[in-house]
Amino acid sequence: MNAPLGYFGDQPTQRLIPAEPIVRLEKISKTFPGRDGQPVTALREIDLAVPQGSILGVIGRSGAGKSTLIRLVNGLEKPTTGKVIVDGANIAALPESALRHARRSIGMIFQHFNLLSSRTAAENIALPLEVAGYDKAEIKARVEELLSLVGLTDKRNRYPSELSGGQKQRVGIARALATKPKVLLSDEATSALDPETTRSILDLLSRINEELGLTILLITHEMAVIRNIAREVAVIEGGRIVEQGDVFEVFTRPQHEVTRSFLGDEAGRVLPPYVQSRLRREASPNSQTVIRIGFRGPHATDPVLARLAREEGIEANILSGAVDEIAGRPFGTLVVGVPAAAANKTLAFLKQHGLDTEVLGHVA
Amino acid sequence: MSPEMIRLIANSTGETLYMVAVSALIATLFGLPLGVFLATSGKGELFAAPWINRVLGVVVNATRSTPFIILVVAIIPFTRLIAGTSIGTNAAIVPLTIAATPFIARLIEGAIREVDQGLVEAARAFGASPLQIVVKVLIPEALPGIVLGLTLAIVSLLGFSAMVGAVGGGGLGDLGIRYGYQRFMPEMMLAVVVVLIVLVQAVQSIGDRLARHLNKRIRHG
Repeated sequence: MNAPLGYFGDQPTQRLIPAEPIVRLEKISKTFPGRDGQPVTALREIDLAVPQGSILGVIGRSGAGKSTLIRLVNGLEKPTTGKVIVDGANIAALPESALRHARRSIGMIFQHFNLLSSRTAAENIALPLEVAGYDKAEIKARVEELLSLVGLTDKRNRYPSELSGGQKQRVGIARALATKPKVLLSDEATSALDPETTRSILDLLSRINEELGLTILLITHEMAVIRNIAREVAVIEGGRIVEQGDVFEVFTRPQHEVTRSFLGDEAGRVLPPYVQSRLRREASPNSQTVIRIGFRGPHATDPVLARLAREEGIEANILSGAVDEIAGRPFGTLVVGVPAAAANKTLAFLKQHGLDTEVLGHVA
Repeated sequence: MSPEMIRLIANSTGETLYMVAVSALIATLFGLPLGVFLATSGKGELFAAPWINRVLGVVVNATRSTPFIILVVAIIPFTRLIAGTSIGTNAAIVPLTIAATPFIARLIEGAIREVDQGLVEAARAFGASPLQIVVKVLIPEALPGIVLGLTLAIVSLLGFSAMVGAVGGGGLGDLGIRYGYQRFMPEMMLAVVVVLIVLVQAVQSIGDRLARHLNKRIRHG
């Protein structure tokens, strides 16, 4: 791997994590009454902590339970069992009026924006403030501030029907931030947007996270969202969190099948068709063993394949490769073929050099 | 057409407008909250009260399925209680209001149900109370639909008001029957029909225009 030297620098993110996370789900289960009387379990035994000031992404396929999960945080759904602690209060146990008050410190944005068509951008942003009982002058000043934060000062008098999808989501974000929440919940906020607009909305969310120190909990089915802005990730499947942790760790060393499937179409994980079609489970006398090597951290800069050839006399055949970035940190993937007889030696050599390996199969 | 005829038509038109306007106003006053309640009191909704919802639904349907002319006669004692008499324009307002209220309630219920549930969810998420959701979200968002519904109700009331002539309610319908039919004055009948057509056209186009003005979902060119 002849990557430019120093490109793969390991940059462990040093962050101060306060003892008490701002959002904590404890042993959450949620069952819905089903249509045929059989209860449907949406969430099982969920434990999740969102550290203050972080961006945590929950990724899962549709029906995995992620929208139920995010709705628990602001009490739009009540858990069947378990606790939902937000900023020290158990949301799941609050009476309705206290819950309404608590919701002012939890903003939410939506996939379909959910803006009032009868109100202009500015009036939409003002709505949570009117509801909270701010006076007119305060509302006016705050709305101006928010319009400029999301870059829509010149669109203040436009109705949602006159705005693009990205602009609508900016209004949605401004509205969610109106009452100065401590947590922002994002429910597939970019799923209805094109990739370019998605990028700009994610940049805005990142900026808000950094500048305002706002904690963001987002749910998505898009890998791009997670790798662009999340620092921590939880993978949810069948109502359970199957894997969670630092985004870079989870996605460079996926442990669970579902996690791998989200990485499926990411660069370097798709085999070229000519390899894929010839891939077999069993080795045959003259076959090559196909190995995927993951380069992360300091080892990424070692000229590993050159040394493999020099020191072990094994010549690896490069089948595909890519350099990618997750959570702002680069990592590389290389798929190589080595003679079946040399496979074990190769794996041992790579392991010794601290690289992640995975045998994908055998090619005759 | 004789001046006498013109005077009669003008008088009757005035009576019709009076009956329709007053009954539409009162029916809206009752129908709006009833419609909002019907739209929001189903199972799992804002003011969930499924039983009351069901009972009200039955009452509304029963009133709406009673033929208007039967309703007029059936509630004469009630009319007398409210209006002090069972004859005349004021008395006619009572059955007109009673017939229009459930109709308006259903139209408003329909308009409110058209509002995207996502908006209700968003409003709950930023801490709005159920009443705030109704006042600040549901009614403003449903307003174009509500205006179209009220337009339809007023047009129907114009038709109903012609029937109250049968109980001495006055108005254009009464004039048409008494002069046009019973006194064989086809020109009077024609005049009554023409005035009603003009009224309906006017109400409908004002309603359409207002609804279009209020509807911000469509870009105006």
